Amino acid sequence: MDNLLSLVTFLPLIGAVVLMLFLRGEDEAARLNAKRLALFTTLATFLLSLAVISGFDPNDAGFQFVEESEWIGGLTYKLGVDGISVLFVMLTTFLMPITIGACWSVEHRVKEYMIAFLVLETLMIGVFVALDLILFYFFFEAGLIPMFLIIGIWGGKERIYAAFKFFLYTLLGSLLMLVAMLAMYVDAGTTDIVRLLNHDFSSQALDLFGFQIIGGLQTLLWIAFFASFAVKMPMWPVHTWLPDAHVQAPTAGSVILAAILLKMGGYGFLRFSLPMFPVASDLMANFVFALSVIAIIYTSLVAMMQEDMKKLIAYSSVAHMGFVTMGIFAANRQGVDGAIFQMISHGFISGALFLAVGVIYDRMHTREIDAYGGLVIRMPAFALIFMLFTMANVGLPGTSGFVGEFLTLAGAFQANTWVAFFATTGVILSAAYALWLYRRVAFGDLIKESLRSIRDMDRRERLLFAPLVAMTLLLGIYPSLALDQIGPSVAALLNNYELALAEAQTQLAEN
Amino acid sequence: MFAQDLNTVLPEVALAVYAMAALMAGVFGLVNSRVVLWTTAAVLATFGAWIGVSPGGETTAFADSFVNDGFARFAKVVLLWGAAAMLLISDEYLERNSLLNYEYPVLVALSVVGMMVMVSAHDLMVLYLGLELQSLALYVIAAYRRDSVRSTEAGLKYFVLGALSSGMLLYGASLTYGTAGTTNLAGIGAIVSAGDISVGLLFGLVFLCAGLAFKVSAAPFHMWTPDVYEGAPTPVTGFFATAPKMAAAGLFARVLFDGFAGAVADWQQILAFLSLASMLLGSVAAIGQSNIKRLMAYSSIGHMGYALMGLAAGTEAGVGAMLLYMAIYVTMNVGVFAFILNMTRDGTGVTDIAALGLYSRVDPARALCLAVLMFSLAGLPPLVGFWAKFVVFQAAVDAGLVWLAVIGVVASVIGAFYYLRIVYLMYFGEPVDALDGTMPPLHWAALGVSAAAMVLGVVNLFGVDAMAAAAAATLVN
Repeated sequence: MDNLLSLVTFLPLIGAVVLMLFLRGEDEAARLNAKRLALFTTLATFLLSLAVISGFDPNDAGFQFVEESEWIGGLTYKLGVDGISVLFVMLTTFLMPITIGACWSVEHRVKEYMIAFLVLETLMIGVFVALDLILFYFFFEAGLIPMFLIIGIWGGKERIYAAFKFFLYTLLGSLLMLVAMLAMYVDAGTTDIVRLLNHDFSSQALDLFGFQIIGGLQTLLWIAFFASFAVKMPMWPVHTWLPDAHVQAPTAGSVILAAILLKMGGYGFLRFSLPMFPVASDLMANFVFALSVIAIIYTSLVAMMQEDMKKLIAYSSVAHMGFVTMGIFAANRQGVDGAIFQMISHGFISGALFLAVGVIYDRMHTREIDAYGGLVIRMPAFALIFMLFTMANVGLPGTSGFVGEFLTLAGAFQANTWVAFFATTGVILSAAYALWLYRRVAFGDLIKESLRSIRDMDRRERLLFAPLVAMTLLLGIYPSLALDQIGPSVAALLNNYELALAEAQTQLAEN
Repeated sequence: MFAQDLNTVLPEVALAVYAMAALMAGVFGLVNSRVVLWTTAAVLATFGAWIGVSPGGETTAFADSFVNDGFARFAKVVLLWGAAAMLLISDEYLERNSLLNYEYPVLVALSVVGMMVMVSAHDLMVLYLGLELQSLALYVIAAYRRDSVRSTEAGLKYFVLGALSSGMLLYGASLTYGTAGTTNLAGIGAIVSAGDISVGLLFGLVFLCAGLAFKVSAAPFHMWTPDVYEGAPTPVTGFFATAPKMAAAGLFARVLFDGFAGAVADWQQILAFLSLASMLLGSVAAIGQSNIKRLMAYSSIGHMGYALMGLAAGTEAGVGAMLLYMAIYVTMNVGVFAFILNMTRDGTGVTDIAALGLYSRVDPARALCLAVLMFSLAGLPPLVGFWAKFVVFQAAVDAGLVWLAVIGVVASVIGAFYYLRIVYLMYFGEPVDALDGTMPPLHWAALGVSAAAMVLGVVNLFGVDAMAAAAAATLVN
């Protein structure tokens, strides 16, 4: 099939349109139909995406399944996947049915809820497959609208503040990126990502309002992209929207936010910052390392003191994304491989953790850690699953969390020993907050009156966790499953990166 | 020769004749006012189609004082269709407020004649004639609701300030004429291009820009806009926000590119400043507004800032971007005003945005349409409003105005806040007394088509971008 990627990308949108046009009524049956149709669409999308991964040739470092056609004003509609993006597509299609399953108990405006998620899925997949600068931006930015509505309509008490904060924070970042994209277009004369990857942006120092800018155009472009991706990622100190958004978002919204939307930032760094602005990336590496280390240590400490479970996991996400940025800008094989792996694995783990919080929230309607305790007595299955993902979050060997953290640390160690040293303390801190959370929620005596009648997970909930458990363990035991897909593309990326740096060095020596 | 001249101005002449005939028919009571209104809308739409399909090429008339080129035709189609759409959806409101008189469509038609002359003007005299014909008609319809203090106040304010700006424009024109020795834009252009730009010409340019900036309501010449928008009857406000804006922006481009193309560096600073000030003011000042008409006034100031950014680029791409921006902006405004016209509670109009609280419960489909338009006005992808901003930014960056594009970006984030607030009110605000759920099918169609165009346009913008580029090419060469 020539347009497999378009099909995968737009199938959820078709589902949304069908839902919008043909589903009438607000009664029980209509609600169930909406959920079923959404589940069916996301499952079909997942099955279709299996054709992508099975047809994907991991030994080819270039883009595959490429489609191209004319679009507005000289832009192209171009899609394709390489080793870096294919796993993110899979992650998205894999998690969406689980997400839909997680909102089965929603009763309020179900049809619109499902439409929002389906539209969001299209936009998320689009981000990962777009091979045109503006097309990428288009998907990247449009994702804000459904997420804004998801948080704003179906969120918690402070949802409006959170929705606005989420929206305006990310919008400011990404609009700066738009200006940089225009500057790139003017400089390179194309918006085709494949051609931009081979375009050398000037790294000659230049003067701007009297300031000498080392790295010239590259540095300016890098900073503009960084503004967008750092907010999306989110990196310290622009992470403050995330805890608010997570706490207020409904369970399914949190899952998507943590598991997929955060990965767009990391993907952006890998797709744009590193390969397109190598000189600037090299210049800024220490800056990113500093922010990453602060994120890892500081947000871990903040996480420890949280009283709200979702907030704790949100801060832990920020810390884990710190490993990712650290690995990416270590710019060596272990670092980048590890960063991608960490993002995939964090997608499963954080998704599962938010689902787990959702499970008990549905029963008790509170996320306060103090409201729980001794859950292992009434909910053994839940305690087991929660334990598994707590451990995976800590990075216990045998779970996928370990592989990602270890690889990024190994990469950082080669780039800068001190960075690795400080980042490793983050692993210890994460053990501290995660285990303490687990102890307070699951262990101890069951003294709270309200918890005496709590039920363990039902079939649907167990079914939701099953694939996540399987993937976390599978990737933990056999990481090559993912790393083999990533490998050649990352090798090619780093190869070009080294070449570009060497070339810049010789140019600098000549002048 | 004369026949050919007449041929060039045929649409303007025909429309003027129609307006007078309609006036006569109204005065002698031959037809009722509603018929006049509908016929006028139909005539405007037909003229738009006629000009749209008329053959290309560039013809001039009356000793090169009037030009009919691709640029003029594009602008005319946009403003004619914008005016026709706004007329079509105004009858119900006018009737509700017992304002449905035959004068209204006649005045609109006359102001449209003025606008058509404006975008075709190739001489400072013709330019002024067109501008005044348009303005006088607009002053009257701003004060159309005679019994209302606000409406008369709006009309008076608009008139006084408009007269001031006309004065400035005339002063600029006279300085230009005094220095260049000709009122013909091509003649002025030749002198400017010869590199002979004297202080007198520069002063003329500055005053012309100030006068025109008033007409496009660019900051810092925007003061009249919020009051006039608020005070004027809503259909008039909607009309103000569409066709006259297109005409004024077209005139601005005409003067700058036909008359002063050789002095881009001189007016680029002026335009860049107008653009910057309008974008920032439009987005910041709108935040505090609770009246939707005032909010749309600030919104229009902000949007004109973006359109002017295209002009500030001083390139063909910039003019194309401006034209595309205006076409999209007019389309969005038709939809938004179709909604605002029907914001009523128990039969009386409401303009407070708090009245939209949880409107999505009252009417999900209409709320969705308005939400789409709001997101589009905010310039978010995947909606067409994003492309409007995109092409403008592209032109600005291309022309080396990166800083202006960056400020535009910042302003659009700030502006996104108040557009989002409307969405927020409709979808997760506090429930209030519901608005009446009624909406005539025609209004519904305007709202729906406008919103659908914002969504479906992502495929290829309906080819309007190519048309705008072709139109711009005829102006800049």
